[in-house]
Amino acid sequence: MRPMNCIIQEVHSEAPLIRTFRLDKKLDPAPGQYVMVWIRGVDEVPMSFSGPDTITVQSVGEATQALFKMGAGSSIGLRGPLGNGFVLRGESILLVGGGVGTAPLAFLGEQAKRAGIRVTSLAGFRCSEDLILQDRLEALGDLVITTDDGSAGIKGRVAEGLKELDLAGFSQIYLCGPEVMMWDIISRTREHAGKTQALLTRYFKCAAGVCGSCCLDPDGTRVCMEGPVIMADRLLESEFGRYRRGPTGGKGLCKG
Amino acid sequence: MPSLTVHAGGLTLKNPIMLAAGILGTTGASLRRAALAGAGGVVTKSLGSVPREGHHGPTIVHVECGLLNAMGLPNPSYKEFQEEIDFAKTGGVPVVASIFGSSAEEFAGIARGLKADAFELNLSCPHAEKYGAELGRYPDLVESVTGAVKAAADAPVWVKLTPNTADIVELGLAAQRGGADAVVAINTLKAMAIDIETGYPILGNRFGGLSGPAIKPVAVRAVYDLAMRLEIPVIGVGGVSCWEDAVEMIMAGAGAVQIGTALQKGYGIFEEITTGLARYLERKSLTPEDLRGMAGRR
Repeated sequence: MRPMNCIIQEVHSEAPLIRTFRLDKKLDPAPGQYVMVWIRGVDEVPMSFSGPDTITVQSVGEATQALFKMGAGSSIGLRGPLGNGFVLRGESILLVGGGVGTAPLAFLGEQAKRAGIRVTSLAGFRCSEDLILQDRLEALGDLVITTDDGSAGIKGRVAEGLKELDLAGFSQIYLCGPEVMMWDIISRTREHAGKTQALLTRYFKCAAGVCGSCCLDPDGTRVCMEGPVIMADRLLESEFGRYRRGPTGGKGLCKG
Repeated sequence: MPSLTVHAGGLTLKNPIMLAAGILGTTGASLRRAALAGAGGVVTKSLGSVPREGHHGPTIVHVECGLLNAMGLPNPSYKEFQEEIDFAKTGGVPVVASIFGSSAEEFAGIARGLKADAFELNLSCPHAEKYGAELGRYPDLVESVTGAVKAAADAPVWVKLTPNTADIVELGLAAQRGGADAVVAINTLKAMAIDIETGYPILGNRFGGLSGPAIKPVAVRAVYDLAMRLEIPVIGVGGVSCWEDAVEMIMAGAGAVQIGTALQKGYGIFEEITTGLARYLERKSLTPEDLRGMAGRR
């Protein structure tokens, strides 16, 4: 499929470096799926959906900075929705998000709530200024917030918030955030890994399952095709949380 | 089931269906997965002497009858890649290192520093400045690069040829004069796609290489011509996506067949093709050797 043309309908600022872009296309994505966003003349980058027709983006590099210069009426190219999203299972679920990673979880939670599933959320941020989507998360059900500096909610990492929750009571746990945070959660909750779905970030060069840049060690799982949502029990014995590959294919640290 | 074992370009392969260069060859794990899925051999992503990030995106475009790509030779450098090759070897099939450079010396240096079951010289990438087809379209450079790597390497040397030339046989003969153990044909066809909404070339690199079903007839012709004129084996690659395509490529003269774009369907393609090929040979009471170059004998 060639990139389809898309007009940005609306831009909403969520936090100093995070914005939500409403697209003029209803692509019918499943929560957890992504779309390749082409900023013409700059680059093409993967973005998770934060709603049926929105992406929520953190400015981190050249492509996202170029996107942040765009407003309503600007045009981008889209390829997607791509990959396998989250699968809803059971009657009572827990969402665990960090930073901008809470955005696809809010989308999932809204779908779950409509289906009559009980939703509890745990969301962590660096500080109150970085807090996003609080209204949407509160509307879903119980919400526990953590901040690294204690300026909102519980002081500490996201894992601090786990103490408030009985994980055994949840039929499924959904995880999205910085890799260091996700690894922290998964490694502390190993007994629940079989019911934890994690949305991964890897370097997607082709996003078509052919280039191999996003393959996980040691089994070669293609995150762009077979993910980006992967069961946590499969991540426990993988590279996840230890290293990941960058644009050259070389191994690097899991920052962010 | 009949034996699918072939000897091609100094390697013995348990079956003639290999993973092509540039496809799922970025990590040892993905190469090993192809081997475990039934590939008779695997070729790595092209490796250079220094790390490269490749071109900006989009790096691929799905077009009507194939795939257009301009990855831009991303790789972590051959030194960083040895551990990936070593891991890929645990898949139990030969691992061929695809290498690229801008001079005979650079190619030779990489071949000297890397341990692999064979080397495939990328003299045909159509979209990287100073590399690939920018050398590979000149027969004298093909010969000198091949000769330099042959002198430096302690493994068979294959030369991957570009179809973006008036006469691919001339390039094949040059590789043969340089001492190549096999030629691999073809790399992608230089191509382009434009976004009609805005006029922007879609690929970040503006142009790239076309692969997939669109180029199969071109590849079959190239393999046929090369096999008719060269003494050394020809490895066929270009748009093969089912066992019938593989049979056709072998009939054109291919000693082995590489699969690239068809991996989009998943790793199951290897077993699908080898099973189909084995059944065909059984039905016809033929060996892979009988099949090879059959079109030239008709």
